[in-house]
Amino acid sequence: MQLISEGSENQKPDRCRTGAALAAATLSLLGTTDAMAREQPGEWDVNTAILFYSETDDRVQAVEPVISATRYFEDGRSLNLKAVADTLTGASPNGATPSDEVQTFTKPSGNGSYEIQPSEQPLDDTFQDTRGTFSATWSAPINRKYDYSVGGYFSKEYDYTSMALNGSVSRYLNNKNTTLNLGTSLSLDTITPEGDIPIGLSTMPVPANISDSDFDQAFDASRDSSDDTKTVVDLLLGVTQVIDSRTVMQVNYSLSMSDGYLTDPFKILSVIDDRPGSNYGGNLKDGDGNNIYLYEQRPDSRMKHALYWQTKHMLENGDVVDGSYRFMVDDWGISSHTFDVRYRWMLGNQYLEPHLRYYMQSEADFYKRYLTGSEYNGGAPRLSEASADYRVGDLDGITVGLKWGYRFDEDHEFSIRAEYMQQSNSGDSGFGKLASQELYPDTDAFWLQVGYSF
Amino acid sequence: MNNREWDGNQMSVMNDHSGAGEPVMKRLSAIHPIVRFAVVASLPLLMLAGCSDLGVKPWERGTLAKPEMQLVSDPVEAGLDDHIYFSKEASSGGRSFGGGGCGCN
Repeated sequence: MQLISEGSENQKPDRCRTGAALAAATLSLLGTTDAMAREQPGEWDVNTAILFYSETDDRVQAVEPVISATRYFEDGRSLNLKAVADTLTGASPNGATPSDEVQTFTKPSGNGSYEIQPSEQPLDDTFQDTRGTFSATWSAPINRKYDYSVGGYFSKEYDYTSMALNGSVSRYLNNKNTTLNLGTSLSLDTITPEGDIPIGLSTMPVPANISDSDFDQAFDASRDSSDDTKTVVDLLLGVTQVIDSRTVMQVNYSLSMSDGYLTDPFKILSVIDDRPGSNYGGNLKDGDGNNIYLYEQRPDSRMKHALYWQTKHMLENGDVVDGSYRFMVDDWGISSHTFDVRYRWMLGNQYLEPHLRYYMQSEADFYKRYLTGSEYNGGAPRLSEASADYRVGDLDGITVGLKWGYRFDEDHEFSIRAEYMQQSNSGDSGFGKLASQELYPDTDAFWLQVGYSF
Repeated sequence: MNNREWDGNQMSVMNDHSGAGEPVMKRLSAIHPIVRFAVVASLPLLMLAGCSDLGVKPWERGTLAKPEMQLVSDPVEAGLDDHIYFSKEASSGGRSFGGGGCGCN
């Protein structure tokens, strides 16, 4: 690295660095690059990390290595390449309620079943997946006042493929103290679940108390198609403003429009008997004596609006405070608030960074923890959409974390961080026998990330 | 732990001074979403509207150029967290594109 002498000569590098820094910040906010300001033409900036993610109660476990490399060219141009692998195992809530009796569920593939003991949370432990993603982003200045970037994204897992293109333009104003950003992204996703896509709100056949051929026939009748698609169009408008020599602020408005298959084909709902009698609040049963469950069904479009605000400030002692807030509202009836604050405590060539995040969301209009027998209506549901997925229910989440970083020099850094998240749901507490079941268990997750950049 | 009690305790901290005793989220939910969004959206934009005199001279920008002062100082970390929260919540995006990208369990 070249040392720069004091005096007027050091102003030009500072300007260049700041312009590049703002560009990097701008492009980063658009999700397109991780360019760092200090890099010089011809150099590579490589960031590697591995994430270990674990949920309690034998739920999702994941290992996720990442490598991101940015090559810098003359005149502020750069190319970022990023690859992520993701291996998932474990169990996921299938949406059914716990019960006072053993429950039998059909595997999503239709090949066999699994049982859940009384009062246990119904978890589907049959999923296992490996996902690979690759993205590339090219960023360059158009002239002194404009930058642009274009990028592509591809991800593939066993039953899901996603492709996306994105682009953005940045406009500098006010001696580059203000940056206006406009970005857009188009994503095309295809899902091809094993066992095909179930018909929304149709009855899940259960391979018990019936012959194999009758089950096969019923399972086939509950299938819609072998695959389905969705498209997502994102628009993002942002302003980045330098407040003073130690403070930078950003405000983004984003609009996201999804169309197509937005249902989770692996989620179901329990049907609860609401007729007075001994089974009041128990699982409603069909003529074969099997519990009745319905496949979930969500709307086929969604429009989300989000407002995001972030401010970063360096204190006189070099510590950095980073705070952000996001408000999101959509036409599913969900609104959410996300607060996030980090404090980077600088300790020479090391730092400690505590992190606190709080999230709260309201439930979707179609969220139902269960359906009643009346709503089931003998197989002709009175509802056109319903989901018991806790992720579209009333949800609070809190995350606390701590990161430690060690800088060997300006280009080499090792870091390790740990985060713990607890999510809590709330809602209708049921009736009759159901009221004694735990309908809203907490979700606890822990993740550890080890990173090295050079 | 009783989740409903836990939720109530958390929310009560955020009650305002009106004495109504209703959680903020519940009261916000009573307002039409579009109106609520417009009100919340306008606040920071109004703040920025007065920013024309803000900013620094080129020679005052050394601090802002430091890696830890980039708005996303660790994009790999941000990407991993975005993926986790995308999989576990109904919200995504804001800082960057929300997008699709996985059939997350």
